[in-house]
Amino acid sequence: MIRLDGVGLSYDRHAGSARGAAVHEVLRDISFALPEGEFRWLLGPSGAGKTSLLRLMYLAVRPTRGHLRLLGTDIARAHRRELPRLRRRIGVVFQDFRLLSHLSVFDNVALPLRLAGRAEGQLRVDVTEMLRWVGLEPKLEVLPQALSGGEQQRVAIARAVIARPALLLADEPTGNLDDSQAQRLMMLLKELNRLGTTVVVATHNDALVARHPAAALRLAQGRLVGWE
Amino acid sequence: MARVKPVYSRTARGDELGLRRALSDRILPLLVAAMAFLAALALAGFLAAAGLARHWQEGAGANLTVQVPQPADPAPGGGTRRERALALLRASPAVARAHTLSEGELSDLLRPWLGGATETLAVPLPAVIRVRLADPDGGRGAEAARAAELDALSHTLGAAVPGTLVESHQIWIGRLSALARSLQACAGVALLVVAGVAAAVVAVATRAGLSARREAIEIVHGLGATGGYIAGRFARRATWLAALGGLAGALAALPVLLGLAELAAPFTGLQAADPIAPLGVATALPAALLAGVAALPFAAGLIGYLTAQATVRGWLRRLP
Repeated sequence: MIRLDGVGLSYDRHAGSARGAAVHEVLRDISFALPEGEFRWLLGPSGAGKTSLLRLMYLAVRPTRGHLRLLGTDIARAHRRELPRLRRRIGVVFQDFRLLSHLSVFDNVALPLRLAGRAEGQLRVDVTEMLRWVGLEPKLEVLPQALSGGEQQRVAIARAVIARPALLLADEPTGNLDDSQAQRLMMLLKELNRLGTTVVVATHNDALVARHPAAALRLAQGRLVGWE
Repeated sequence: MARVKPVYSRTARGDELGLRRALSDRILPLLVAAMAFLAALALAGFLAAAGLARHWQEGAGANLTVQVPQPADPAPGGGTRRERALALLRASPAVARAHTLSEGELSDLLRPWLGGATETLAVPLPAVIRVRLADPDGGRGAEAARAAELDALSHTLGAAVPGTLVESHQIWIGRLSALARSLQACAGVALLVVAGVAAAVVAVATRAGLSARREAIEIVHGLGATGGYIAGRFARRATWLAALGGLAGALAALPVLLGLAELAAPFTGLQAADPIAPLGVATALPAALLAGVAALPFAAGLIGYLTAQATVRGWLRRLP
């Protein structure tokens, strides 16, 4: 499902110094395997590399060294043309939501289905049902900037799961939610996991982890320090 | 069963990247319209120069003027000098038709210089024979063969009717044709430059759109949009805006072209535009120019499409 062997990730940084560009490795020698249908917390202090590891897994970057195998595809060897199809099988809930401000709530959530070529009549039913589930049905045609932070996060969650992804990645998904909404979200993630979706959730929320005990990947200073 | 509220999201379908605002429908069409206007003028210049070159080659180049001094004097082989020259010309295979100008025609020819006094003039006038040459067979050597034939004819005439002057227009025709071809080449280059500038304008607008919508593109790309999908969205918008500009430029050029056609009407044989007649434009402009101007919006659209595709696909290479 997901397999990392000695994966490293570095960004070219133009520090503005006289020496010019410097290479900063944010992930070092990451190796683990995550079987299909698993649930994992991704834990670690700020700056440990959680977001970078998620970026690798949702194909926003490719590893600078090592091997990454994702949903049966060797990412280092895969042609660029193969990646869009792979991305459509991955749902992501971003910390900063990343909603399109010129599209309504409905259109934001419908976007993954439209990109997958789903017929308009069919996707209308699914999107409306999904927005009803996250409690945003009355705000179908509202633009995201008119919503509260919690509501925007629910739109982001709805967009991430609408296409029933094989892999769901979430970066601090409960950050803007109150307790009851966070509980509902966890129920959704667990339900998706029960239906076969592999779920990885990065969080700082110790209480949430304590309430929903599961295996965890622990990062510190760009290295994997714990793997259950 | 859940009731589904109608959702009117047609505006979002096809504009997921928000390009209606990022690629403005004002500046780009305006600039492309200016390019299309210039292209229409360059096209008119190109076709006019080509027409002139052809006209000179086919018309004036096929004519010859032969002057026979003392036309009524006897020629060495019998008959008058004029009759002898005419007979020789008509016998030549290079000549299609030879016709001696009558006194009236000669007077008409000289009137601009001598006024109406030619008939009472004491100066003896030569006979002037207007010759229409036979069409060459065609092919690369046709012009050279015609020149050789004319040379031989000139020698024969000079020997049989001494003092005969054969005036070929070939040298002038050659020079004028070279000038017309140069003008045609200049107009062609101008067309290419205009097309290049139009492509550059579309490329700059597309890059500005890419910068303005960078975040949206990255989000859509992350959700699994292909490069072809994103480039297609840009190309569709650029095609529409460029075609709109092309149409506006072509329409703006029409009155100018009609004005020029009216000025050129006495030389081209086309009718001047009748502003009341619905088909005035169609009859006043050459068909090739009309077709070219009508094709401008399509050409502009094609330039918009290809440029936007290339620009966006190149830009997307920076994404994984």
